[in-house]
Amino acid sequence: MEVTLRIKRYNPEIDDKPVFREYTVEAEKTDRVLDALNKVKWHEDGTLTYRRSCAHGICGSDAMRINGRNRLACKVLMGEVGDRVTIEPLLGFSVIKDLVVDMDSFFAGYKSIKPYLITHDEDPAAERRQSPEDRDRFEDTTKCILCASCTTSCPITWTNKEFVGPAAIVNAHRFIFDSRDQGGRERLRILNQRSGVWRCRTVFNCTDACPRDIEVTKAIEEVKRALLTETY
Amino acid sequence: MDAKLPDVTDFARTYLGVEPKKEPVPIQPTAHYAMGGLPTDPRWALIADANGTVIPGLYAAGESACVSVHGANRLGTNSLVDLIVFGRRGGRSMLEFVHKASLPDMPENPDLFAREQIAEVLARPKGENPADIRSRLQEVMMDKVSVVRNADGMSEALAEVKDLREAYARASVQDKGEVFNTDLTEALELGYMIDLAEAIVVGALAREESRGAHYRTDFEKRDDANWLAHSVITRRGDELELTKKPVTITTFEPKERVY
Repeated sequence: MEVTLRIKRYNPEIDDKPVFREYTVEAEKTDRVLDALNKVKWHEDGTLTYRRSCAHGICGSDAMRINGRNRLACKVLMGEVGDRVTIEPLLGFSVIKDLVVDMDSFFAGYKSIKPYLITHDEDPAAERRQSPEDRDRFEDTTKCILCASCTTSCPITWTNKEFVGPAAIVNAHRFIFDSRDQGGRERLRILNQRSGVWRCRTVFNCTDACPRDIEVTKAIEEVKRALLTETY
Repeated sequence: MDAKLPDVTDFARTYLGVEPKKEPVPIQPTAHYAMGGLPTDPRWALIADANGTVIPGLYAAGESACVSVHGANRLGTNSLVDLIVFGRRGGRSMLEFVHKASLPDMPENPDLFAREQIAEVLARPKGENPADIRSRLQEVMMDKVSVVRNADGMSEALAEVKDLREAYARASVQDKGEVFNTDLTEALELGYMIDLAEAIVVGALAREESRGAHYRTDFEKRDDANWLAHSVITRRGDELELTKKPVTITTFEPKERVY
């Protein structure tokens, strides 16, 4: 099928403001949107700029707005989006070029919740063991690929630059509810601040946006509840 | 099935429209891990030659490194060793190194080599399309240098890679800008891919035996007398020189895979 991609372009070296440009390419219904972008870049306009790496929904590089929704370009097939597709950069972050946004604040939020195992006891001689039931408590939040689809779909993050955002809370959840980790209290203290979980208004955009089907809002609510009940 | 193979079931549903609990999932071979790479010692320090001479302060990590724990075939999930064992060891040895090392004298213009390389690519007049060269490289490596190989196919591949290197010298980019120029980075990476492809073909052509993921239809048996060895490739001008580095056998003897 012949498809028209309407892509929001911005080159800071040339453009005063972003402009939409249209490209027409041949695509199969089973092609990914990323394949169509690659066709444009490799055979029509090499200046078209976007991030991509693994091309199958694992690395989280190619999150963008496709027909108004945050999607991974490599996880949406052309058959799902029709023959006229609008592609824009993620909202809420400044645009570096075309579909590439500045992710510094996103990763600063992620780092702020200490996304690594914290222990105070002496290292054991063998593995730190865990029951399947204990593992299940945070199974869902291990699936995060840090693509920023959730954080940039959240209306709070569009206006409040302090808010750590859903992705950071998801990754805090992954450790707070891990029976092997001893940093839960530290992380909860961080998320109890003005920039933390209480900024969430339960809009559910994050859950809709997640390409890994993580129940993001539920994870945020579990962190809020852990703060209120002091149990986790 | 969803719990044990979450990614595989998701791929089948997303990309093929196949429900893996009910229908067979089509499969095909792919290159999903680079065995071999920059030779390192067990602390991820780069070694320069078959004698194991360490290059002080230079490290290679993960899939670009070759600590050589996998032998001739890295089996599923074993790249976690790169992460869990060697990531930790490598990190520790780098920390140790930076604590005791002093800053070396810098050459006059340390960035000159990279700047000239970039400037040269940007200045080329409109020529070959890097994407077309990359497609040809991918096709010939998949067709002639995949798991099942032989001298005829690989000799053709080597000739094609040399042609592609010539074409690459005339390849140009459309994006001449200085901000997030992925047209440029993709073109530069293509040059390194050609280097690597040539090293892979030269190593595989010389190794006249079958071992692990390297299966030669013209030499179907393993040949420990001649090839129980790592292949080390060194560039000398325009030529690649192949030397053998002995394999240290500890607990596990190489054995034929009979299943």
